[in-house]
Amino acid sequence: MSEGYDLDIEKEKLREVGVELDPSKRSGTFLQKDQEAKMFATFQEGLEVMSIREAMRKYDWVKDYFWKILNREQDEFTKAADSEDVNGYFIRALPNAKIEIPVEACLYLHKVKKQKVHNIIIAEEGSELNIITGCTSHPSAVGMHIGVSEFFVKKNAKLTFTMIHSWHNNIEVRPRSAALVEENATFISNYILMNPVKLVQAYPTAYVHRDAKAIFSSVIVALDGSTVDLGSRAVLREPGAVAEIISRTISKGGKVIARGQIIGEAEGVKGHLECKGLILSEKGDITAIPELIAKKPNLELSHEAAIGKIAEEEIFYLMSRGLSRDEAVSAIVRGFMEIEIKGLPEMLKMTIEKAIEEMRDAL
Amino acid sequence: MLRIVNLSVEVDGKRILKNVNLYIKKGETFVLFGPNGSGKSTLLNAIMGNPNYKIVGGRIIFKKRDITNLPPDERVKLGIGMAFQHPPKINGVKLIDVLKYCARLSGRENMIEDLAKKLRMTEHLNRSVNMGFSGGEVKRSEILQLMLMNPELVLLDEPDSGVDLENIAIVGEAIREILERDKDEREKSGIIITHQGHILDYVSADYGVILYNGQIACVGDPRDILSQIRKSGYEGCLEKCLKDMI
Repeated sequence: MSEGYDLDIEKEKLREVGVELDPSKRSGTFLQKDQEAKMFATFQEGLEVMSIREAMRKYDWVKDYFWKILNREQDEFTKAADSEDVNGYFIRALPNAKIEIPVEACLYLHKVKKQKVHNIIIAEEGSELNIITGCTSHPSAVGMHIGVSEFFVKKNAKLTFTMIHSWHNNIEVRPRSAALVEENATFISNYILMNPVKLVQAYPTAYVHRDAKAIFSSVIVALDGSTVDLGSRAVLREPGAVAEIISRTISKGGKVIARGQIIGEAEGVKGHLECKGLILSEKGDITAIPELIAKKPNLELSHEAAIGKIAEEEIFYLMSRGLSRDEAVSAIVRGFMEIEIKGLPEMLKMTIEKAIEEMRDAL
Repeated sequence: MLRIVNLSVEVDGKRILKNVNLYIKKGETFVLFGPNGSGKSTLLNAIMGNPNYKIVGGRIIFKKRDITNLPPDERVKLGIGMAFQHPPKINGVKLIDVLKYCARLSGRENMIEDLAKKLRMTEHLNRSVNMGFSGGEVKRSEILQLMLMNPELVLLDEPDSGVDLENIAIVGEAIREILERDKDEREKSGIIITHQGHILDYVSADYGVILYNGQIACVGDPRDILSQIRKSGYEGCLEKCLKDMI
């Protein structure tokens, strides 16, 4: 750990977003505070974890991955991230390496007005890589987090990326991410948003090639004062490409826009989009915007969207089994948030379940 | 055990039950007959406390306590349990969770596994309740829940409809057990709604009641009533019933 950095104050905060501080339970770790990489380490062969600045010093070719699948001119936030003092993480699984124990990456916002991050994640051919990332802020922090992430999942590789956000209500969060999913590769993205946040706005895109698969799952709770505008997009570029986008959004006073888009650009592709929303308070609102775009015949795209409050019939049913009204409501909400995320290593599954459990308790 | 006095119930502003009176003693089982829409399910839902069934007149007395305005969970605590005709599917709430809720009050947690086996529901324990269950599975799941709740007043809304021949025996035997029909001294009372009457091959009931246009139109021997309905329909049965009464 560099500079004798005192983690104690932040430890609690880090734990909250699922950061495991036990090195035996992670294959690598990265911690950035504001613009400074405080710590990075690798505990497993075939895995590289370092700051993006370090990676650029080490490898000439890293710069070629910058803005490869995202457009730096996309908006004012990508432009802002395209700056000299940008930092972020570089995580790479070497060809055929199986990194099943997750890599932890943590971004922590404390004093800067704008935390600018550019991450490059590469799962080389035939490799398997699991990453869990928690982003959080100091309770007193006021500012914006702009996180640019570019994922490269090469031929036959599998990358699982799980992001748990836990911000405070004076933070604006603007992730900008894209994934290139090459032939027969799998990209799984899980997103969990807990705690109030001023604004989260993101619309990550996966470009899915021949026989490859992209799965996006998100569980979002928007509390009073939060605005969450979040979507997932899959561009099915070649035959055999498959996408699945599942979101569960709960508004407890917050404003949610749940977007989803699947674009079929080739024949023989398959995509399914499922947005479900639950409104738990008079104050909040949820807008679901599922979009399917087919550019070729012979493809299969479907969507399912439903928003509502908890059905009285369900509450009555559980009450007729002895639950009080409050217990029945919380059992139904718990059930609603339960999504089966396929293909996750056991440890990650447990982390996600724990995060969701904590979220439920907070509701 | 249960006394229903002048009960009138509305659903969506429409009067379904009109001044219904019914008195069920400890150990007695009633069978409720009646054409569709006559108010059978409404009566059971009103006894269970379904908020969609608005009581606009009369009272429900259970074990000498007025439960007309009690929430459903309080009625459960007093000893009322119901197997629904069409229970809702609840995503993510597993059958095993629901069974645990059911067993919580009766202290029958240790019986979950055996009873699930008995009702052939072990494969369904970790599935969302009623989600993708077949008609027969829904009924078995409902009966299983009742067995774990072990209520004193058992309300059964068409436990035999949509159940195939193989399963009707399982469901029938289980209901006989819940209602303690094989015992001489019974603590349990029941109301069973049935259309086909298959359940009566397994459960000997004490009284048959015909509900017609929201009113109790006839009370008699359940087997006689059933055979009369089969022979001449509800109208014919009611006619005969009236004659017999005179």
